[in-house]
Amino acid sequence: MLYFSKLRILFITLFSILFILIASSNLFKFDDNFFDKKINLGLDLQGGSYLLLEIDNEPVIEQKLQNLTTTIRNYFKEKNIKINNIKIENQNIFFNVTENDKQSVLDVFQDENSDLNPYYPRFKSHQLEIDDTGLNFKVNFSRQGLIKLKTSSQDQAIEIVRRRVDEVGTNEPNILKRGNNRILVELPGLDDPMRIKSLLGKTANLTFRFVTNDENDRFGIEKLKFENDLDEATVSRRIIISGENLLDAQPKMDTQTNQTIVSFTLDRVGAKRFGKATSTGIGKQLAIVLDGKIISAPVVRDTIASGSGQISGGFTFQSATDLALLLRSGALPAPLEIIEERTVGPDLGQDSINAGMIALAIGFILVIIFMFIKYKIFGLITNVTLIVNLFILIGVLTLFEATLTLPGIAGIILTVGMAVDANVLIFERIKEELKDETNNILAFDGGYTKSRTAILDANITTLLAAVILFFMGSGPVKGFAVTLGVGIFTTLFSVYFIARLFTSIYVSRNKDKEKLI
Amino acid sequence: MIAFNKYYNHFNLLSLILIVVSLLLLIFKGLNFGIDFKGGTLIELRASDAKINVSSLRDRFNQMNLGDVSVKKFGNDNDFLVKFENKDNKKNIIEEIKANLDKSFGNNYDFRRVENVGPKVSAELLKSGVIAISLSLALMLIYIWIRFEWQFSLGAILALFHDVIVTLGVFSLFSLEINLSIIAAVLTIVGYSMNDTVVIFDRVRENLRKYSDIKIFELTNISINETLSRTIITSATTLLALLAIYFFGGEILKGFSLAMILGVIFGTYSSIYIANTVLVRLRVSQKTILKDDDNK
Repeated sequence: MLYFSKLRILFITLFSILFILIASSNLFKFDDNFFDKKINLGLDLQGGSYLLLEIDNEPVIEQKLQNLTTTIRNYFKEKNIKINNIKIENQNIFFNVTENDKQSVLDVFQDENSDLNPYYPRFKSHQLEIDDTGLNFKVNFSRQGLIKLKTSSQDQAIEIVRRRVDEVGTNEPNILKRGNNRILVELPGLDDPMRIKSLLGKTANLTFRFVTNDENDRFGIEKLKFENDLDEATVSRRIIISGENLLDAQPKMDTQTNQTIVSFTLDRVGAKRFGKATSTGIGKQLAIVLDGKIISAPVVRDTIASGSGQISGGFTFQSATDLALLLRSGALPAPLEIIEERTVGPDLGQDSINAGMIALAIGFILVIIFMFIKYKIFGLITNVTLIVNLFILIGVLTLFEATLTLPGIAGIILTVGMAVDANVLIFERIKEELKDETNNILAFDGGYTKSRTAILDANITTLLAAVILFFMGSGPVKGFAVTLGVGIFTTLFSVYFIARLFTSIYVSRNKDKEKLI
Repeated sequence: MIAFNKYYNHFNLLSLILIVVSLLLLIFKGLNFGIDFKGGTLIELRASDAKINVSSLRDRFNQMNLGDVSVKKFGNDNDFLVKFENKDNKKNIIEEIKANLDKSFGNNYDFRRVENVGPKVSAELLKSGVIAISLSLALMLIYIWIRFEWQFSLGAILALFHDVIVTLGVFSLFSLEINLSIIAAVLTIVGYSMNDTVVIFDRVRENLRKYSDIKIFELTNISINETLSRTIITSATTLLALLAIYFFGGEILKGFSLAMILGVIFGTYSSIYIANTVLVRLRVSQKTILKDDDNK
């Protein structure tokens, strides 16, 4: 165990120097092209905001079922199959058929090439699930159908969230999917997430609809409140144009009225429809509805064929800017709810870094003094190893651009405390060996060999705990698992290569000395 | 040589009492769950005006109808920690509070940290915390079972249970807050305690092979003594590191490092007085491990 070939010594030296250099790159600024990796600081250290958003898919499912009802009705009408009493209840579509048609309806739903009920060969499942009791049918989304629906609304939502966050312009936001109905937003450096929170909290579903009192409106009517929650108006369900028709939206100052407004430009389809509606609807009120509330309902005075217009509604410059931003980035497919928020101010982050570094330095010095007093020359070897170990640990974290959190720093300090364990196990074993072995080299060799299983077992158990923490833990705790886990590997490396190398050099030079350890 | 084995029975009784008391505390007093597991809102606030103190803050917050509000000093005289349930899960609660505080204190204060955990998330976090701890115990059990005999595995697991339950018992007794970092600490304790037990067990197994005529009662004592200086040194260096975190690592890491310090102490104790006594009580002998060697 004590023999090292020249090649091996060279390798160990180079490896250690390499990692010391990598670790140091966090302290000095190298030329960007040379080496630009750095340890990332977690939100708890650099300050920033962590938001977990949940997509409320209920309205989406409701809407899809609504559309599906129409599709089913039209589909069977074309095939001359009569569908009766079709209705939606508790997220199920119910209808009944005549005895003669029952089989053909079932066939349509169970056909693997059906366009009414798409089949997913990968999951061996249809989009819809059919339940028939007698002549009554119950249709709802299958498990896979529901998953498809959720992931697709998640895909849309994450895109919109990204656009909105980018528009606000924070540095390096991190936007990730979580499960199939959540989105994680990390905003480093942002200490007041109020604006982003209010922007993400809005669905931004914009529609232009006529105000009407006509009970017999072909599309139905509904009562909606104004933004001030006091006034009400009855509007048609017919949508003239919606947010999808917008090409651009900008806040502007109306020079005539001195009001802040949002001006918008429509796409071709939108412009055509808007032109037609404004030409036939002169004198009528056109309600501008955002997320179920009327922003304003101006009277149409002229045909607007240019495809651009403006929204006024007592905006401040800030609220006009936000509305324009929301309209530009598009509507969310479903409402989002912020179910978890953690925000750390930058000065607290800096305080945490300082406290962590002081604790690391003090813990390190205490352990070093203790080891030196206890083992003298071998304590010195352990201490040098410990320092190199720390550099390698930081080097590895840098190389993988790992995220360092406050518990992560605690993990490093803990590694310092526990890293000496392996060396202690070895040295204590050597002491025992020296009781019946007079040859120093043999005793040292025996000490290393016989302590190996205990060291391995002890480290594997700690590693198991770290792995579980990594997979089950969230955010800062994950950072702890990373430093603890990586620390185990760097410790084993430094104990078995670096410390052993020093030990072997020292022992072979003093092989005849008595009471070596 | 220290006669640890003379006190096996005494300390077993003590541990039993500790476990029973801890369990009673956990059942009847329960744990002081933080917002991570209970849901709610936490605000760390720094004041730059002497007018702002615990009672004036408490007055302000109580007027806002937030349910149960707790206001505490946090570390030094200017830092405060405010926690409340936020039962209705109001959306713009932070904005409302800011507006309200501005009225009384102007802008002589600053929110340094805001955490808001919804009821759904807190339930999930609690569930995953419990799963993580159970999973780690199960994995340790399996690992030791593979590496040693079932008697050793049982001893190690009982020691782990002891450490986890008694540490949580202390947290319950002093109403210390349980949050995500405490779960991390408990898992690390599991790893550390195991580490300690494994080193002694490794020696017990080695000695079992070596001596056929020494009874397990004596043999465990020999093994504990042979590994004693290592046990003490490693506990000492780990404790030194943890004490450094506790005293200098800032308020946020206090609970975490305290749990770890307790865990290291209990872990070291249980390796000696629980893990080994299980071997004695199960009458482990050379045959127990030789049978296994034959199989291999």
